[in-house]
Amino acid sequence: MEKITRRKFLEISGATFAGATIVASSNRAIESAILDNENKKGLVKIPSYCSICFWKCGLIGYVKDGKLWKLEGNPLDPLSKGRLCPRGNGGVGQHYDPDRLKAPLVRVGSPGEEKWKISTWDEALNYSARKLIEIKEKYGPQSIAVFSHGPGGAFLKHTMRAFGVKNFTAPSFAQCRGPREVAFELTYGEIIGSPERTDIGNSRCFALIGSHLGENMHNTQVQEFAKAIAKGATIIVVDPRFSIAASKAKYYLPIKPGTDTALLLAWINVLIEENLFDKDFVETYTFGFDQLKEYIKPYTPEWAFTETGIQPELIRETVRELARNKPASFVHPGRHVNWYGNDVQRLRAVAIINALLGNWNHRGAFFKPVKMDIPKYPYPPYPDVDYDVVYNPDNQYPFAGEEEGLTNGVRSATITGKPYPIKAWVVYGTNLIQTLPNPSETIEAIKKLEFLLVIDVIQSEIAMWADVVLPESIYLERYDELNISPFKVPFVGIRQPVVPPPHDQKDGWWIARKLAVKLGLEQYYPWKHIEQYLKFRVESAGLSYEQLKKDGVIVGKEKPIFVEDGLNLEFSFTPTQKIELYSTQLAEKGLPPFPVYERPPEPPPGYFRLLFGRSPVHTFSMTQSNPILMDMVDENEVWVNSDVASTFGLNNGEYVRLMNQDGVVSNKVKVRLTQRIRPDCVFMLHGFGHTSKRLKRAYLKGTSDSELITRYDIDPIMGATGMNNNFVTFVRE
Amino acid sequence: MNELVITRHNEMIDPHLSIWGWEIPVYLFLGGLVAGMMIISGYFILTGRTKNTLCSCFRIPIIGIVAISLGMLALFLDLEHKLYVWNLYLNFKWESPMSWGAWILLIIYPILFLGLLIRIPEEVGKKFPKINSLSIKLREKTQFVKFLGALSMIFGGLLGAYTAVLLSAFSARPAWNSPMLWTLFLASGLSSAAALVHLIGKDPTERHLLAKADNSFLIAELIIIVLMIIGFVSSSQVHIDAAKLFLSGPFAATFWVFVVFLGIVIPFIIQILSVNNKIPHTNIAPLLVMLGGLILRFIVVYAGQYSHWHRNFFIGY
Amino acid sequence: MARYAMVIDTVKCVGCMDCVVACKTENNVPEGFNRDWIAYETIGKYPTLHMEIRSERCNHCDNPPCVYTCPTGASHISEIGGIVLVDYDKCIGCKACIAACPYDARFIHPDGYATKCTFCEHRVVQGLDPACVSTCPTHCMYFGDLDDPNSQVSKLLQSRKYHVLQPETGTKPQIYYLI
Repeated sequence: MEKITRRKFLEISGATFAGATIVASSNRAIESAILDNENKKGLVKIPSYCSICFWKCGLIGYVKDGKLWKLEGNPLDPLSKGRLCPRGNGGVGQHYDPDRLKAPLVRVGSPGEEKWKISTWDEALNYSARKLIEIKEKYGPQSIAVFSHGPGGAFLKHTMRAFGVKNFTAPSFAQCRGPREVAFELTYGEIIGSPERTDIGNSRCFALIGSHLGENMHNTQVQEFAKAIAKGATIIVVDPRFSIAASKAKYYLPIKPGTDTALLLAWINVLIEENLFDKDFVETYTFGFDQLKEYIKPYTPEWAFTETGIQPELIRETVRELARNKPASFVHPGRHVNWYGNDVQRLRAVAIINALLGNWNHRGAFFKPVKMDIPKYPYPPYPDVDYDVVYNPDNQYPFAGEEEGLTNGVRSATITGKPYPIKAWVVYGTNLIQTLPNPSETIEAIKKLEFLLVIDVIQSEIAMWADVVLPESIYLERYDELNISPFKVPFVGIRQPVVPPPHDQKDGWWIARKLAVKLGLEQYYPWKHIEQYLKFRVESAGLSYEQLKKDGVIVGKEKPIFVEDGLNLEFSFTPTQKIELYSTQLAEKGLPPFPVYERPPEPPPGYFRLLFGRSPVHTFSMTQSNPILMDMVDENEVWVNSDVASTFGLNNGEYVRLMNQDGVVSNKVKVRLTQRIRPDCVFMLHGFGHTSKRLKRAYLKGTSDSELITRYDIDPIMGATGMNNNFVTFVRE
Repeated sequence: MNELVITRHNEMIDPHLSIWGWEIPVYLFLGGLVAGMMIISGYFILTGRTKNTLCSCFRIPIIGIVAISLGMLALFLDLEHKLYVWNLYLNFKWESPMSWGAWILLIIYPILFLGLLIRIPEEVGKKFPKINSLSIKLREKTQFVKFLGALSMIFGGLLGAYTAVLLSAFSARPAWNSPMLWTLFLASGLSSAAALVHLIGKDPTERHLLAKADNSFLIAELIIIVLMIIGFVSSSQVHIDAAKLFLSGPFAATFWVFVVFLGIVIPFIIQILSVNNKIPHTNIAPLLVMLGGLILRFIVVYAGQYSHWHRNFFIGY
Repeated sequence: MARYAMVIDTVKCVGCMDCVVACKTENNVPEGFNRDWIAYETIGKYPTLHMEIRSERCNHCDNPPCVYTCPTGASHISEIGGIVLVDYDKCIGCKACIAACPYDARFIHPDGYATKCTFCEHRVVQGLDPACVSTCPTHCMYFGDLDDPNSQVSKLLQSRKYHVLQPETGTKPQIYYLI
């Protein structure tokens, strides 16, 4: 990489001088407004919305004598209902984190060496803009890929789109919800979305497949889960691990990992064979029932028993419970569903069972999400760019979609240079090293880049490898895009600063705008300060911006979201305009139109299947620098069944290393002996084992599951990475 | 199978209590030693047997003052909120052994000073003739001297017992929660005190006498230990577990080797032989006794912090 | 006079530690210390297991050994509903109260005094619930006056089965766990 000479800096900053000053001055205005707030004595309450995960709960920040004291849920907000989750409450720690990024960094050492020059914003942005322009000129706009996770990336994506970029991806698709959304879109023509459109609180019976609500702390969902428990709903939990949810269940099905589809097929079989399905619903709204009836015949509970290890009678009893309580019963579609590389098929089975229960848009099962109608900002049209996205060459994965893109597809294209070379990554708010399976591939890809720009709040592992790191202010210190999530009621939420950033951090919108200016794209930002943008949008929806700022959230008029309330059922987005039990779209692409069960690979002798999941106090690998949340859980443990542990001579609390089937050895990790897991698998929390030295609290605490996931199986339907086919054994120190 | 996972991780509390380090055992040992010394000296003074027990009667107060001051220093060092220590003497809380202790320690000082005054060292007397005459005056009041002896015994006894009651009152810690603990600490304090006189006394008769006394204290101690363990193992599960700490657990080896064997049995044998004139008096036996006494306090303080109540599961089921 | 108590529904609790985090920020509990915590207790053999999850803290006992053992009167029973509190200006940091508590609910604050859960007395006097109760996303915690037979906590204890922690220590704890 070239050195930045002083002269080049002057050239670039000179060219963009005018734009920069305007932005700077308007930013100063807002900063002084915050500073006033800081100097106020006593208690100030400022509403905003949370960003410690992507549920976006409404919060109220309490500022005492100018210092952030605590956060509470905003009672007006339909998502938090006045109560934040532990991570939400712990957001305070992110503000005070002594290890957070404080100023722009420009790499001076070799990549990954973590040697930096502290730079000014002007320097860092000039340099970034120059590199991006250079790469665009040399390789075309298609050689730049953007990874962006969360609402904060909205403005960066706007800038990059204006720059001609089309390769946008987020791990939320191919490493998380993708298979679910594709399966439901194929079946119903609609996705599940986030927040999930499940009506757990009113349900009489529901099944969770691997979904560990209570450990997975999506706020409203957990609140509704507790409500269902209190009301005595019949809960069925299918999980190789006795999760928190399992402890609340009437039926716990200790399934052999990877065989869920067999169980689901057997459930479909029983629903049809025993005539338990909703006949009217199936007749009126579904397509392909007769073929399904034929197809499902061999998949009896007795057959499923040999695959899943679940007693046939238990399989029958649980699905009968679901049927008895229909339509206020459902099988939860889950959220993180990339497990075995054939996940769309499994989730298609989930979609079909729900169709047979006749529960779509019925109270106690699924609702029809409604959204506040807020007009978009009238930006000038983006430039016409004529190239195919890089991550799905020749439409290899026919249902990959273009909304969120395939992160892993960008990565492999970067490594191979095919279908065309990728030379720059712009990464916002996602730690790709931990998010994508097999970090060694990610690092290999990074080494092929000419420029890596990372915008983050902490020195994540991806930031270790960056050429330029831009420190963003955290969500409690900045304005951001509006929250217009589809949910049970239409609403809009605002994010506004509760406290000013403590160092030289800047808001995401400011960074995006300033970068656009330096890229010569100022015409794409007719507004100077984000408040102009927000005010415009809110007021053009006929709402009061002042009220939104004061209350944090404005809730719109209720609309019917259930059939019971007069909602009409229609399925206009599938080719047959019906719920496709038989997927015509899959058939058309030569893919199996009915869910196919594939037996998962078996662990070699002495090895255990590696499963991973969430902690209620952490979000992915993003929160391990937060002193409050690290005070709750500061390392992950490997859960081992205490009976099998004795054959390895493992002791509770001792540290071991894990070695996977490809010989990759992990960092040391504490053993937790427990009865709460099957003897054929081990479990750990995701997000630990950080290797970035700047994350002092998290550095080498616990181990990274991603590192051990060297094998990933790609879903042929939509390209997501199935990550649960890795096997580990124990290595003593 | 019963698995208990607790998310708390408080310093000095988890995984087991470690609130008290070396300071408290040292203080308890010195307190016990001084208690024993006060009882011994008080006894000789009260019974008027001061002729051959000069060391016991008249050197002990000064050693006592030094020892108890060191003990209180250790206690002070252990306090976490040192600048607020004066709060101890703003009131008396009768339910609190610690409050009792604070006031007992306060009363002990004048008793020890008076004991010191009865027979002051010659050089001091020469330098301060006024003190010398006061000393002589006091010495002549035999009733007063006897009264002082009695006071010394009473407060010595209170001090010795209190150092154990302080611990045994904590019903939350089963390994301390024995009604025998105060007798054990008292016996141990007496034997350590006897051993000290045995060690530093110059009069062979006195040394002989104290060695004999020490032997009976050691025997008493051994019996109390056995009774205490029987008390534990015949009690509830938490007390059985507490006994296991001494019998087979992490403290067993130190306890049996240093407290019982080297601290009681071996010095007892040596002293039996020496009082029967089979071997000459050595310093090894009293040193071992005192070391055993100190280690006993360490083990008891640590084991108590290690022991805990079981958590119940499902009383309603 | 009121008798404040907490009733916690173990059936609803998911052990997410929200109560712990809310306590930390509300009361500025120093890093490395907890005034409340979660206990997950599992019995049985896989897959036939039963787990109880409890949010635990100082039990504000009716018979508090920590108060009895305190040599200075720093630990005391407050006039506000029998809440057990520590007067930090009287505390000498002798740690006797810590040894006396069978629940290990107390600890030494880095500033030297003994501290623990206060039932958020500062909120209670304003008519608010303790921070842990008011943040719980599962609504599994209830705070109120047991002397008032019409309070929610009284009614819950009348209608549901419950247990308390280590009743055999004789402390008469005032945190009740519904089962």
